[in-house]
Order: sequence, then structure tokens, then C-alpha cells
Amino acid sequence: MSDPNQATDLELLTFKVADQEYSLDIMSVREIRGWTRTTPMPHSPDYMRGVINLRGTVLPVMDLARRLSLPCQEISERNVIIVANLGGTLTGLLVDAVSDIVAVSESDLQPPPEMSPEPHMSVVRALTLIDDRMIRVLDLAAVVPATADEAA
Amino acid sequence: MSDANDPMAEIRASFFIECEELMEAMQDGLTTLDEGDDDPETINVVFRAVHSIKGGAGAFGLEALVRFAHRYETALDDVRSNKFTPDADAMRLFFSCADHLSDLIRVCRDDDAIPDDRSAELLAQLDTLLGGAAEEEEEVSADDFEPMGVSISLDLDGLGDLPPLDFDVDDAAPMDETPCYHIRFKPEQEMFETGNEPQMLLRNLAALGEATIECDLRDLPPLEALAAETSYLSWDITLIADVDEAEIREIFEFVDGLCELSVRRAGSDTDAPAVTAPIETSSDGFADLPEPPATVPDDPDVPVAAAPAPVAAALAPSAPSAAPAPEEKTARKPAPAKAAGAAANGPKSVVRVDLERIERLVNLVGELVINQAMLSQSLEQAGLSPHSDAMNGLEEFQRLTRDIQDSVMMIRAQPVKSLFQRMSRIVRESSAGVGKNVRLVTVGEGTEVDKTVIERLADPLTHMIRNAVDHGLESTEDRRAAGKSAEGIVTLSAAHRSGRVIIEVSDDGAGINRKRVLEIATNKGLVPADASLTDSDIDNLLFAPGFSTASEVSDLSGRGVGMDVVKTAIQSLGGRITITSEAGKGTKFSISLPLTLAVLDGMVVNVADETLVVPLNVVVETLSLGAADVEMLRPGKYIVRVRGEFVPLFDLGVELGYREARDSYVGAIVLLIAYEDGARAALIIDGIQDQRQVVIKGLDDSFFRAPGIAAATILGDGQIALILDPADIIAEASGASRTEALSA
Amino acid sequence: MSLNILAVDDSRTMRDMIRLALVPVGFTVHLADDGLHGLEVLDGLEPDVIITDINMPRMDGFGFIDAVRDQDDHRATPILVLTTESSAELKMRARNAGATGWIVKPFDPAKLVKALQMVAG
Repeated sequence: MSDPNQATDLELLTFKVADQEYSLDIMSVREIRGWTRTTPMPHSPDYMRGVINLRGTVLPVMDLARRLSLPCQEISERNVIIVANLGGTLTGLLVDAVSDIVAVSESDLQPPPEMSPEPHMSVVRALTLIDDRMIRVLDLAAVVPATADEAA
Repeated sequence: MSDANDPMAEIRASFFIECEELMEAMQDGLTTLDEGDDDPETINVVFRAVHSIKGGAGAFGLEALVRFAHRYETALDDVRSNKFTPDADAMRLFFSCADHLSDLIRVCRDDDAIPDDRSAELLAQLDTLLGGAAEEEEEVSADDFEPMGVSISLDLDGLGDLPPLDFDVDDAAPMDETPCYHIRFKPEQEMFETGNEPQMLLRNLAALGEATIECDLRDLPPLEALAAETSYLSWDITLIADVDEAEIREIFEFVDGLCELSVRRAGSDTDAPAVTAPIETSSDGFADLPEPPATVPDDPDVPVAAAPAPVAAALAPSAPSAAPAPEEKTARKPAPAKAAGAAANGPKSVVRVDLERIERLVNLVGELVINQAMLSQSLEQAGLSPHSDAMNGLEEFQRLTRDIQDSVMMIRAQPVKSLFQRMSRIVRESSAGVGKNVRLVTVGEGTEVDKTVIERLADPLTHMIRNAVDHGLESTEDRRAAGKSAEGIVTLSAAHRSGRVIIEVSDDGAGINRKRVLEIATNKGLVPADASLTDSDIDNLLFAPGFSTASEVSDLSGRGVGMDVVKTAIQSLGGRITITSEAGKGTKFSISLPLTLAVLDGMVVNVADETLVVPLNVVVETLSLGAADVEMLRPGKYIVRVRGEFVPLFDLGVELGYREARDSYVGAIVLLIAYEDGARAALIIDGIQDQRQVVIKGLDDSFFRAPGIAAATILGDGQIALILDPADIIAEASGASRTEALSA
Repeated sequence: MSLNILAVDDSRTMRDMIRLALVPVGFTVHLADDGLHGLEVLDGLEPDVIITDINMPRMDGFGFIDAVRDQDDHRATPILVLTTESSAELKMRARNAGATGWIVKPFDPAKLVKALQMVAG
């Protein structure tokens, strides 16, 4: 914990996806690793990039831009994979780049607008402003499909 | 995980594991008995198993289990003590009881509802068999400790603190209505030889109420005449306690006959034996003990240490028991001779290990194998001479890795015995169900197979055994008519053969009625009416989905599960199943399985830009397609002619969605895949890399339910390669193609 | 008082239960699987009390008690029989072999502790 005097409710890892800023609760982030080639899984949803070898275990990697129906960009060496932990299951999230770790208090978070026309807003749990930039806080459970059925 | 910190939960879990072991020993014993063995140790083993189960069950308050085990144990005890000699019917009942006991254990373990009627039914049968359990067995009571009886909760802590009080015995009884007893107790020498302490008995006595204890030293000779082993002391006790005489005598029950004891209630001379000396009261050494509180002292160190007190002082002369004279005891029969012999073949020392730890080790070794593959790949790329030290070292490393891997797999290996024992129950139940007389013969019970394989074999094997009893064997009348013994035999065998496990289920029945099988298959539209099939083709129809030979659905094997399900289960274990049958002689199913599910012999192939692994056990051969070999059945559907046989052709790249179909398959490389039922398929691939053993990495079911993909592995370059399940791909691609191939 | 106990029982569950009952109150518990094993463990040990089951493989409780009583060092060591059986006949046999007391399974841990403290004197 950074500064004990400040009322910090949570720390967010902020990152860029298709030039938009998103974030995840740092507690659900296991590690961040550089891009490696994925092995595609046949017949999987298009946002599933495939699987990679994470120190001997098979890690599924999801293309977050596709998952959020954002315009896709070329994948390069600069992309990174955020390894997120949801209830003990690890999932890789492919993003453009990781920006920062910021501390916010729960009161800084605003719920997303009710009638959001954008489909990707359903996975956004809250919005917050950091240095006048709008950061979307992702709901990891909504991002990661619980089962393949749901994903399909 | 919350269980892990609760020692009782841990012991409970361990109890159920022990039960499994005991049940195994019991099954073994019963089987040996059934074979006519009359070694008394055999029935002892069975008895002890039930006994231990009962004991443990009692500790966890598993009433239903205790009750049943108790009655069963009594029956076995009758056998043990030669009061009863079991005939075939009795043995059958004993087996049923064992089966039921095992059910009860499972039910108790899983906290399921107890099926009481089955217990009652079997208990009634035991009663009938053994002439009733009229003599109601002693209740298994939870707090029975003798000779202490009810007095165990004596608070010794209080002993030291309370000043000894004198009281007048004669006044005591009339004052309140509490009875007063005069007790005289004179231990005989023998009592000391059994480790009994008068001190303990007196303390228990004192715990009953207010006791005045006096040590009678009159018989004590002068020191020079004192014999160390002789008992000279006696005690006179006055006890004021609200108890009856039986309770007092109970304390001495265990030393009954080892001491002189008289108990007399003050004011009644009725049962005062003549030997009783008049009781002298004296204030010396009197101890007045309070009514004991029923609580356990918190500090275990306190009680006895803090009880120097009058009682202990008065008892000091009881030392003879602590100073034994060696030569006196040599008359006792020595046990050690027998002991030494038996010690040699004592139980193997075994360590129980959490399966998770083994899994972790298996995973680590998997990493090691992958790492070694990566290392060797980089060394090769570095262009080192094959005779360089590095390459020699690598070779040694590979050998060691393989050895470690084998050793780790051995840890997971278990004998198939437990599995086979379960099958003997299936035989008993299913043969009873169809009124056939069946004996199960097992061979190679000690054959070891990966634990996971064993677990996943249970269901298919159960089905096959039921099938053999149900359909394989003829009725008793038919067997007699055919000149066979009335008793049908089902043989279950296991053996290691060239790196695989072979498990066979065979029966000595009539063999497959091929005419009937073909008829059914034709009626069900599984094969065209005009199909010309070999015997083997017909036999393999048993594995066709939806096929069932039973014209009426039998209670046992007709639960909507066919041999196709068995086959799928075996294949999912990386196994093969084959069938052979001879008219009048019987049918045999052979299952060939990999020794472990952790590694797989695979063919590493390229499809599109991907690397895939095909299990080697299904690959028959590789072919290069010529122009004349391929024929289009209909657009997008091709067959290939392999040595005069038509085989459906699948483009793996297309099936897996990696690329579009090609215009021409001439020159393409093809893997010919074959299944035990004779069904074949040809898979188009782009290239073959290698043939090697790969470590299987499971895929999380919830995430990837990719058809055609069985698992994954990690290659030498660290990339993940998918392991194919060709049968699944083919089934996905066209459900009917295999039958088409058959009938072509 | 911390006691040194030797417990002989062929049931792992029972051994576990005994351990669980006695170790937390500060007793030292040595365990053995059967009579023969019990004799092996007893060698060099000076238990304050011995607890033994009756029905055991290789060497049963009677044989064990008998053999213990044969040893000068343990002739006076209290031996408690811990078993599910409670017939008078078996009790008599156990006593004749040299047992000090009899506890019926399943036992109440607190009572076992008490009983042990008592016979240990």
C-alpha cells in the first residue's frame, strides 16, 4: 500500500486498448508479460487469440480489443499480455500497452451511464477521472466468459 | 481446505481411506475362504477388518455402520470360533454383507441417507442363518472404562488442597440418609503382577463419596523378614456415598479374584462375610475426599503431581510391585520365537502422500522433460559436434530425465486389484439378477496402472462385466445342454505388454451370435441389407452407437448404455478395445491402455502454420496421395482408396478452421487412422516433423471445449502444440462416415 | 503430569484418535500397529502406561500383554485394554494375561486421559 495517510480503496492498473484507457483492480493482476505467439484454438470465438505457455501451464489469451468490439490493430512486439486471476483461473488479456498504477478511492468511481449504446460498456464496472483522462474500470468477471458456451 | 485444520475431519477422512483398505483385505479373505481355504488366519483377517471398521465408525458416531458391522462381526466370530461352518449360501450372504458394508461406508463418508431396509434385510438373513441374534449383544457404550466405572471424573487437583477431615463413621450414616459402607480390601500378590495399583482402586473408591481409608500394616513383617514380592498390606475403607454396593464392587471388578474384598453396609449385617475383620477407625492417614466435579482439569500436568496427599502416603508400602525379582517370572511362556518369524513378513512400510503433492511432482517432471527438449534443441542449433562433452552430457541428462519420469509415474501407479475387487461384486450382483451361476476369475491383480487410468476404467469395465454375465454367458440350462459346466466363468485379467497395459474380459459363453447381430444392425439401419461383412466387421458392430444385442432390455446392462460408450471411454484414455469371439467357446474383449495419462507417444505434424500432435496409437501409416486415389463423393466430401478399401478423407486444416479447402489433394500427405472396430479415416496434413513422447497438459474444460482437441503439450521451443483427438474430429465432420466406410 | 504412552492398535483410525486425544494434553504417544510392532517399539521405551487393542494381526493383545509382562522392565507397567468388545470372558482373559484395566471403544478423549492418569498413579 502506497500512502497510508491517503484513503486508498483500490489500486488500478491502467492500460491502453485501441487508444482507449482501461483499468483493472491490481489485486486481480497476476503478472504482465510480453507478447508471444499464441497457438490458436480451433472453433473458438474470434476474440480468443489462442493459448500460450505460461511456465508450463496452458494460458488462454483473449484479445481485449476484439472482446470489447473495438477496432483491431496490428499486433506487434510492443503488445503485452496481462495475466489476470479470476477465482483461481488465469486468463491472458492482450492489450496495447500498460500505462500506470494509480490509487483511487471508491468514492472516485462513478457508475457508467445507464443506457450505454456501446456494447463494451457492459463490461465496464465504473468510470473515473485521473489527470482529466477518463479511465474505464473493467469488470473482470464480465470480460472473462464463465464457460465456452457463454463465449460462443 | 477448511477441513485441513480440523484434526477430527482429517482423521475421519483417513478413516474412510482405511476402510477402503480394510474392505480390500476383507474381500480378499472372503474370496480365499470361498475357495475352501481353512487357514484360521483368513477368517481372522476378515473378522478384524469388520471389527476395525466398527471401531472407527463408533468413534465417529456412525450408528448405522456400527450396528451393521457389529452383527456381521458376530456372525464372522461364529465362523472364527468354529461355531458355524459357512456353506455356499452363507458365503454368498457374507459377500452380500461385505458389499453392503462397503455401501454403508460410502454413504457415511458422503453423508448420504442410509438405506435402512437393505441393512434390515441382510441382518434378518444373518439371523436366519445363524439362528437369530436373540442374545442381544452388549451395547457399545461410549464411556465404559473399567475398573474405574463412573468414578473417572475424580478431581485429583483438589486432593492436595483440602485438609484431611476426621469424621465419626458411626454418626455419618444416620445423619444424612447417605449409605455408609465398610470395605476391606486385601490385594494378593498376583494383583500387583497385572500392573494394578491399590492406590488407583482406592482413589476410585474415594471418588464415589466420602471415604476414610486406613492402611492395615499388621501383617507387615520386620524388614529382615520382608519378601519383596509378597503382599502384606490391606486396607479398611469407610465410604459414605450415595451408591449401591454393586457400584462399589464394580471398581474392583477387574481385580476380582486377585484380592480379598468385602463390602458391608453399615447397619446391615446381611452380606458381611465372615472373613471381614472389624473395622478400626483412626484419624491417622484419613482422607476426606469431596464429591468430584465432573470437569477435566485444564492442565494435564497438575492432577497427579499435585496429589501427594494422604492417600499416596498411605499407599507407599505397595512398593513390591515396583521391585520385581527377575527369576520368578521365567515360568511364563515366551512369545518371542513366534514373534521373530512373523516379523520378517510384516507389512511393507508405506508412506501416505497427498495426491496433490504427487501431481505437483508430475508437473515438475513434465517441465523438466520440456526443458530438456528445449535445451537439446538449442544445443543442436548451436551446431555442436555430436561427440562434444555438451552433447554427451545432454544424452545423460535425457536418460536421467526419462528415469525420473518413469519413477514418478510409478508413484502414481496402483495395482488393479481394487478395481478387480469391485468387479467381483458386479459379477455377484448381476449373476444373481439374471439367475445365472457365475464365477469371476481374476488374473494379474498386482499389475500396476496409473491411478487416474484405474479410476476411469471402473465404469467401462463394470459395463463389460455386466455384459459378459448378461449376454456373454448362456443360461444354466443352455450350458448344460451344450455339455458345459453349469457355472459360467468370466475371466478378468491384467498384464503389462510392451509398454502398455492389457486388460481382458472374457467369458466362456456361446460366443457372438453373428447372424443375430447382423440382423439387428440391418434392422436398425446401421448397415445396408446387402452389406457383405467379415466376422470381425460383424463383431465390431457391437461398438456401433445405438446397438444393443439384448432383444429385451435387461435390468442390468440395458441402461441405455451400449458398448459404444465403453469404446469412447477407452479411447478417451488413449486406449484401444478389440473383440474376438468363437462360437460355443466364448467372447473376449481386450483393452490396451497406455501406462499413464501424463505422457503420450505422438506424431508431431504441421497443419497450416500450426504444429499438432496426433496420438501414435491410432496412426496406421502415412501415405502420399496420387491422382487416382482420391474420389469426390459429393462436393467437399472425398474418399480415398487405400489398398482397395475406401476411406473417408478429412482435411485437418479445414476441419480445424485453419484454412480453406484446397483445390486438389494430389501429392498431399495423409495419415491413415484406424480404430479397433476397423473404422478408418484419412487425415490430410501438411508435413510430418517428428515422432516423440510429449507431456500431456490438460485444457481447462470450461474454457476450451474445442471439438477434436484432446489436450495440449509444450514443445521444445516453448510453443504450445495441440494434441488431436482424431475420433472426435471424424465424428464432428460426419457422424455417418464410419458406417459408410464399413458398408462400402 | 505428562505421561509417556505406548498405544498398540492395528487400526490407523484408532491410532489417530488416541494421538489426537493424548498429544494435545501434553502426553508423549508412541504408536504401534500390532503386538509384535508394539514389542519392537517398547524396546528401550519406558512408557508410564501401555494401551493395547485385542484383535490385531501377527500378535494379538493377549499375546502382547503376556510378552510385556515377561519383561522385567515392564512387569508393573499398567496396561489398559482398549477394545470394542466387553464380554466378561474376554476381560477375564485379558486380566489373566496381565492387563490392568479395560476401556471400551469408542472412548471419550477426556476420560481416556483421566483413566491413564489414574492407572499411572
